[in-house]
Amino acid sequence: MSIRTTEDPTTSVASTTGNRGLQIEEKLIFEQDSPGRCGVDLVDPPPFQARLGGLERQGVIGLPGLSEPQVVRHFTRLSQKNYAIDSGLYPLGSCTMKHNPRLNEKLARLPGFADIHPLQPPSTVPGALALIDTLAHWLKTLTGMPAVALSPGAGAHGELCGIMSIRAALEARGERRSRVLVPESAHGTNPATAAACGYTVDSVPGNQQGRVDVEALKDRLDTDVAALMLTNPNTCGLFENQILEIAAAVHQAGAFFYCDGANFNAIVGRVRPADLGIDCMHLNLHKTFSTPHGGGGPGSGPVALAANLAPYAPLPWLVHGPHGLELVEHKRGKAQQAIGRLKGFHGQMGMFVRALAYMMSHGADGLRQVAEDAVLNANYLRVRLEGDLSPAFAGPCMHEVLFDDDFLKDTGITTLDFAKALIDEGYHPMTIYFPLVVHGALLIEPTETEGKASLDQFAGALKALAAEACSGDAARFRTAPRWTPRRRLDETAAARKPVLRWDPERMNREADK
Amino acid sequence: MRYLPLTDSDRAEMLETIGVDSIDALFADVPRGARLDGLIDLPGAMGEIEVERAISCMASRNIAAGSGPFFIGGGAYRHHIPAAVDHLIQRGEFLTSYTPYQPELAQGTLQYLFEFQTQVALLTGMKVANASLYDGATACAEAVMMANRLTRRRKAVLSGGLHPQYREVCETYARFVGFELGGPDPAPGDGEDLTGLVDGDTSCVVVQNPGFFGEIRDYSELARYCHGAGALLVIVITEILSLGAIVPPGEMGADIVAAEGQSLGNALNFGGPHLGLLASREKFVRQMPGRLAGQTVDADGRRGWVLTLSTREQHIRREKATSNICTNSGLCALAFTIHLALLGETGLARLARLNHAMAVALAARLERVPGVRLLNRAFFNEFAVRLPRPAAAVIDALAERGVLAGIPVSRCYPDRTELAEILLVAATEMVTTEDLDRFEQELNEALS
Amino acid sequence: MSTFRFTRDHEWVRLDGDLAIVGITDYAQSQLGDVVYVELPEIGRRVEKGKEAAVVESVKAASEVYAPVSGEVAEINETLTADPATVNADPMGEGWFLKLRPDDPKELDSLMDEEGYKRFIAEQP
Repeated sequence: MSIRTTEDPTTSVASTTGNRGLQIEEKLIFEQDSPGRCGVDLVDPPPFQARLGGLERQGVIGLPGLSEPQVVRHFTRLSQKNYAIDSGLYPLGSCTMKHNPRLNEKLARLPGFADIHPLQPPSTVPGALALIDTLAHWLKTLTGMPAVALSPGAGAHGELCGIMSIRAALEARGERRSRVLVPESAHGTNPATAAACGYTVDSVPGNQQGRVDVEALKDRLDTDVAALMLTNPNTCGLFENQILEIAAAVHQAGAFFYCDGANFNAIVGRVRPADLGIDCMHLNLHKTFSTPHGGGGPGSGPVALAANLAPYAPLPWLVHGPHGLELVEHKRGKAQQAIGRLKGFHGQMGMFVRALAYMMSHGADGLRQVAEDAVLNANYLRVRLEGDLSPAFAGPCMHEVLFDDDFLKDTGITTLDFAKALIDEGYHPMTIYFPLVVHGALLIEPTETEGKASLDQFAGALKALAAEACSGDAARFRTAPRWTPRRRLDETAAARKPVLRWDPERMNREADK
Repeated sequence: MRYLPLTDSDRAEMLETIGVDSIDALFADVPRGARLDGLIDLPGAMGEIEVERAISCMASRNIAAGSGPFFIGGGAYRHHIPAAVDHLIQRGEFLTSYTPYQPELAQGTLQYLFEFQTQVALLTGMKVANASLYDGATACAEAVMMANRLTRRRKAVLSGGLHPQYREVCETYARFVGFELGGPDPAPGDGEDLTGLVDGDTSCVVVQNPGFFGEIRDYSELARYCHGAGALLVIVITEILSLGAIVPPGEMGADIVAAEGQSLGNALNFGGPHLGLLASREKFVRQMPGRLAGQTVDADGRRGWVLTLSTREQHIRREKATSNICTNSGLCALAFTIHLALLGETGLARLARLNHAMAVALAARLERVPGVRLLNRAFFNEFAVRLPRPAAAVIDALAERGVLAGIPVSRCYPDRTELAEILLVAATEMVTTEDLDRFEQELNEALS
Repeated sequence: MSTFRFTRDHEWVRLDGDLAIVGITDYAQSQLGDVVYVELPEIGRRVEKGKEAAVVESVKAASEVYAPVSGEVAEINETLTADPATVNADPMGEGWFLKLRPDDPKELDSLMDEEGYKRFIAEQP
């Protein structure tokens, strides 16, 4: 099979394999089946009488057989088609793509953490309970909150935990409120969470300075509002400077103040959410606390809680009892009003170990430095780029900087095209089209683990691209990317006729049509 | 500080470029009263040696599964993970990459998710599977909510054989999301008949196979009954390896499958991170929560993959999303995919057979112990026995003797005194004959 | 040829005999991008003016299609299920979504006419 390797068909050079140097074409495992082959050697048991109740599986499952070398090669080749933090700067706003320390991986794999069962007698795992308790202590101290629920599996799950706790607290007060206020700029998980818990979502507009319009917020606040869900710093990368006024207004109305802590990286060690009047805040261990993104998880979303919400925290609780740490797994005693369980077992222990190793490595001084360097790096990029791209809001930002697509006006190039062209320059694009309040948004978060040289190189690439965009070569952008394992993919076709698995039967039927 | 590349001279230079005197100027929006001038009251930075020492110390205080005979199941299983799995998932391009929203830079992730979805569909006998959820318990709750949306009904019937923690998670979601749950009390054995609880208001019936007490049943008849009443059948699986040995839910008429995939590729990890699986009939796919990888072509006409049907998800539909879920369990799904790729058709069947053989051997041993009665007609690698006295104390006694002998059901059902003598035991390919000897011997002693 | 009327949510409606045909406008389809899926109501279902009657999905957005007038769903356009791209290709014709038996055909008179709608979209940001 021959593939054109350059744009210009008259000078194309074909590859006979379809490979391009280190970019190797790799089929699906299902297309590499050697029937009977196996990559694991297992002993056969001596003959025995099965006791499966006559429900033995019959027939072929359809799983391919491969040897270990083939499997290792397959997944190694797949990995080489991915961009990663380990490969380069990953400027995704709102995701905090910081370096993932390898010490964390080593410690999470200690048999004393990896090979313990959640339901073995607690007396056999005092070290696990101690680790969880230590992590809880660090999170409570950093947030200034007296309690933390550790079981939610990721940020969105943490939001669910928070809103459920708030509703339980209101019900315990004998109140039924039906609305939750969410800024227009919020991440989609916020309204989705509120709606899932039966609330009507009331959107609050932003002001010209990129913050919540406090007057509009106050207009919407009444005794039917259960909570405000605010991200701070917000999704435009700005600190809500009227936050104390906001908190006071929310509490005045008898409502709760929920904070989406996705952007905690900007203020960790320098500000405690409790001091801002926040009642409830989820943290993303896979953002602020460096646990790896893993291509889309697993995450961990613990929720810090004020005293008025602590009684409703989901099970299990880890409490300091008369005989030391106790795991409370049922609604009894002090946990009578707990909202129940949100997840199996005790939470994402593997992420707890990683996050604690990260926190201990930085310490109080290091974590403060993290926030400062994160904010410094983002502002440095803002200043280097503000002449070439169009900042959405004037003035300094926190840990991420937001641009809109004004700089692309009349070029015929969209934010999407610009982002795809950035890929050809060797970078993963920044977050695009989020937040929705800005047209053609480009949200850049460098994080504190980028050095100055890396930032300068990135800024240089963006400046050059912006200049190219304005110079009229729209085709270069619309056909980008060109140097990636795949060029722009047809998302419309994928959604119109979804093909969600390998299905030889269906493929044969379609071939016959 | 080893993870922070900026030097003091970098910082000074950058502050100058920005045009401010100090970093504090960039935090000017923080209300005065909330600014921390000093350091938070936590220990200072530690080097790798010190961190490793402190955390390893905590790890060494735990009795790990490899240190003695181990027979605990109950929704998390101790299996052998081939060495290649952990090496591959630690490749930086897998470990430190993000969700594949820019597909041209993430064909590695998208291809393995497509392979994963295929494997889950094949194993469960269903037509389509998603790219994973947090764990089996949340997958179960999501399955019920999916059934509610599909049938436009709000009452689900939960089998007594459903894992108690899965039931608890469903109860939490039911209370706040707004739907009802019903069902019989938990009990070992295969006598449960749910047909009487299904009516025109039932959205789904949820059964677990093998059940919490290990029993295996054929749910084809129940499936037909549900369909006749306009309800869906959800089958839950907590030990995914069982599908290497027993009839899959797809062949029993299941409409949705919610499962825990931890047994393949993923360690016990004290309960997390684990791996939620969700599969269903093809026509239900637009109501399926979570991410989906779909096949397409690129501008050169070459096959590739993208995240698709995203309009179900929170980042587009916001309030109208099928779920608020964002993150899946990516790296755990990769581990699953690699492990199953290594096993293949023959390896999976062999491994499942080995598990069942060990459980059969264990059952024979325990049945020899005076006063111990096996409660299962059939089982895969886990079953329930009734002891002559409350199981919790027996388990503690055995733990002190170095045997992690199973789960006393009272741990999960503390208020059900009728279940206090029941012990759940599991045996996987990791169990040896010596382990069986020790268990039998220690149990005899503990009960005498 | 009966006249088109338009809503502020970019649906169009016109009377054809005793049925009101409903679709989305050319402006709407261009805003949405490539339509990938259409969710149509069941025949016989009642819809209220201004409330959701159908859902139209593109790759990047999902939008409600609101009923311009109240009534009962009499027919749905099955071709959209097989070929959602028709909404993009011919939104005002073959891309119709559903036909209602309107409670009160006079409800159409209060909607914008073609000129009014043209002015309306000219004012869009």
